[in-house]
Amino acid sequence: MAVNPLPENVYITSLDWAASWARSNSLWPMPFATACCGIELMATASSRHDLARFGAEAMRFSPRQCDLLIVAGRVVMKMLPVLQRIWMQMPEPKWCISMGACACTGGVFDTYSVVQGVDRFIPVDLYVPGCPPRPEQLLAGVIELQNKVKRTGTINGREFAQRTQPMGPTPFDREELIRIREANEQLTILR
Amino acid sequence: MPFEVADLAETTASEKEYLWTINFGPQHPATHTTLRLILTLDGEKVVNCVPDIGFLHSGFEKLGEHLDFNQYVTIVDRMNYISPMANEIAWHHAVEKLLDLELTPRCKYLRTICAELMRLHDHLLNVGTCALDLGGFTAFLYAFYQREKIYDIVELASGQRFHTSYTRVGGVLFDVNNAWVDKVREFCQGFRAVHDEVHKLLTRNRIFIDRVQGVGVLSKEDAINYGCTGPIARASGVLRDLRKDEPYLAYEDFDFKVIASKSGDCYARYLVRMAEMLESVKIIEQAIENIPAGPINVDPETRAVIPAKPAVYRSIEGLIQHFEVIMPNRGSGSPREEIYAANESPNGELGFYIVSDGTSRSYRARCRPPSYVHFGVFSHMIKDHQLSDVVAVLGSINIIAAELDR
Amino acid sequence: MSFQTMLEAKFPEMGLKFSEFRDNRRVEFPAALLADVLHCFKVEGGFDFLVEITAVDYLEYEGSKDRFGVIYVLVNTATGERAVLKTFVNDPNPQLPSACPLWKSADWLEREVYDMFGITFVGHPDLRRILMPDEFSAFPLRKDYPLKGRGERHNFTVLTRAES
Repeated sequence: MAVNPLPENVYITSLDWAASWARSNSLWPMPFATACCGIELMATASSRHDLARFGAEAMRFSPRQCDLLIVAGRVVMKMLPVLQRIWMQMPEPKWCISMGACACTGGVFDTYSVVQGVDRFIPVDLYVPGCPPRPEQLLAGVIELQNKVKRTGTINGREFAQRTQPMGPTPFDREELIRIREANEQLTILR
Repeated sequence: MPFEVADLAETTASEKEYLWTINFGPQHPATHTTLRLILTLDGEKVVNCVPDIGFLHSGFEKLGEHLDFNQYVTIVDRMNYISPMANEIAWHHAVEKLLDLELTPRCKYLRTICAELMRLHDHLLNVGTCALDLGGFTAFLYAFYQREKIYDIVELASGQRFHTSYTRVGGVLFDVNNAWVDKVREFCQGFRAVHDEVHKLLTRNRIFIDRVQGVGVLSKEDAINYGCTGPIARASGVLRDLRKDEPYLAYEDFDFKVIASKSGDCYARYLVRMAEMLESVKIIEQAIENIPAGPINVDPETRAVIPAKPAVYRSIEGLIQHFEVIMPNRGSGSPREEIYAANESPNGELGFYIVSDGTSRSYRARCRPPSYVHFGVFSHMIKDHQLSDVVAVLGSINIIAAELDR
Repeated sequence: MSFQTMLEAKFPEMGLKFSEFRDNRRVEFPAALLADVLHCFKVEGGFDFLVEITAVDYLEYEGSKDRFGVIYVLVNTATGERAVLKTFVNDPNPQLPSACPLWKSADWLEREVYDMFGITFVGHPDLRRILMPDEFSAFPLRKDYPLKGRGERHNFTVLTRAES
């Protein structure tokens, strides 16, 4: 929870700037590497495309020590509660990159078990498309996130308190279910 | 996902209350992506291990029923993502067997070179992550740098580093030129030196040997009974290699050895993989010097592959052949039969069971994943080992979660 | 086909059909003979390696009589011979004897067939779902289950940024 003890009419812009600058240049990623994008994430962290140049060297596997969750790879129904739990365990301030087509929208896998986009269930800050995204694309994504943090970051995480609505596609509801059923019937007719 | 302690058969006796049950969860650096182990420990010793999988089950086999033979190769690619082209080669091997297509010699050599490059890819990653899990970060970086070089080669041939979807029914997507041949040659020349360095870092390293020798022993009878194939079975003494027993592609033209060992522990698996890498380089070097000239795809008359674009635009026969293949219901289907065909993928025997109903879509595309069967042996291998051996054994059996769960 | 002579001697006139396609040597037989046929393959044929157990749902296949076909692929490591066995089961309550006492690789392979198709294996030590979550109610690879599922993949809580 973002704690905001300052009253509404007090702004500390220089401290915000300093804190965001420091945070953006030392984002510690939590690699939630499920599938193929995980290998490209490892390739981004290894010698040729070095992620450590951008401050993101310390890939700690404990969510308590990280501030950037990189969801790399497809997330399946069985794995989603695990992902949500890890997101809740990460302390503020935290950001999320959804890497790869499967994490962004489900990718090629429009099937019964793959979640069609991680942003339906956890809040995502940056999407990196690709299947898998090239390491250069991921680096561009990390730089973009660093710019976002520098632009909008506050020292006490005030920018997160306003995001009370889910930003992804609407979750399970009756219209979606009807649409799924109709789409499935169409599939049978075409065969 | 909720798993009750009462479900584990061994812990219901009251005198066994001192046993710990810990969760080696789906998110863990050493689990090579999403596997879960529920370990019952007596202090540090593993008494029982129940694997829980399915955290990456994406419905591959169901997708196979809705996609064309050529479209499905994009999905099959994403199974063993450490060696993507090996899956494609295995899939199209099965499809071409079903359709009774004989590949051109040039295509066979190209696919053989790609399959061996993918074998290097997989073994390099396995050796690297095995070392990484046990604390040796340097070997991991060396291995990954060589993999980057293989990515460059693959990118030059197909346009993508990874998930290339390079093979097609009856051929491959693009032909290769002399620049590619030079690049492969250069890679092979540089590879042996790096292999030597990794060998020097790990093979006689006291710490590495202490952690992997005698750990996770799998006897020959157990290996056969549990269905193990590939380097794991060969490290236990089972002399089976589909490249020699049931030769496919161009393997009969090359001179290479099948590496096996008798001890069946993690160290043997590591050594088998290291030696197989050198054999793969030998095959690539022989193949790259002798690639036959000629067409890369089969003749378009067989209705399996579309003709080259100049023929389509400039001749009526080319146009008709293109039309016959691309339009559905024009007869470019398949026999109404079922077939099982397997390849020696880097991880073991990767087989496909295809049931066809006469159209160009499979009715059922079942993949026989080597990782799935190997993970079934895991709980047998890990009994009475220490907790830290779990990591060593898991690394050595090379479980790729996407192949495990499909 | 050496196993053909062995099987014809042991099970004469019991409905075994032998065929060969490309290089797959196949035999089909009724489900009642499964346990005996598998035992014969292992003990007398020397087929010590079970490669694969899988199933096919023939619901939408023209000209099929039974609903599920269950396929076993066996290999003899000494001679390198391969055999593809096929048997059929039907709805409701498709059931077969388990191959676990003969080959331990059947353990997980049968669990997957159960998970995906609902075919139970009598005598299996631990038959429960392996790939789908335990509380999943349908059998995904059956032909009457749609590719995109019935909404199970959307049925989770949504976390918003302000509260998590």
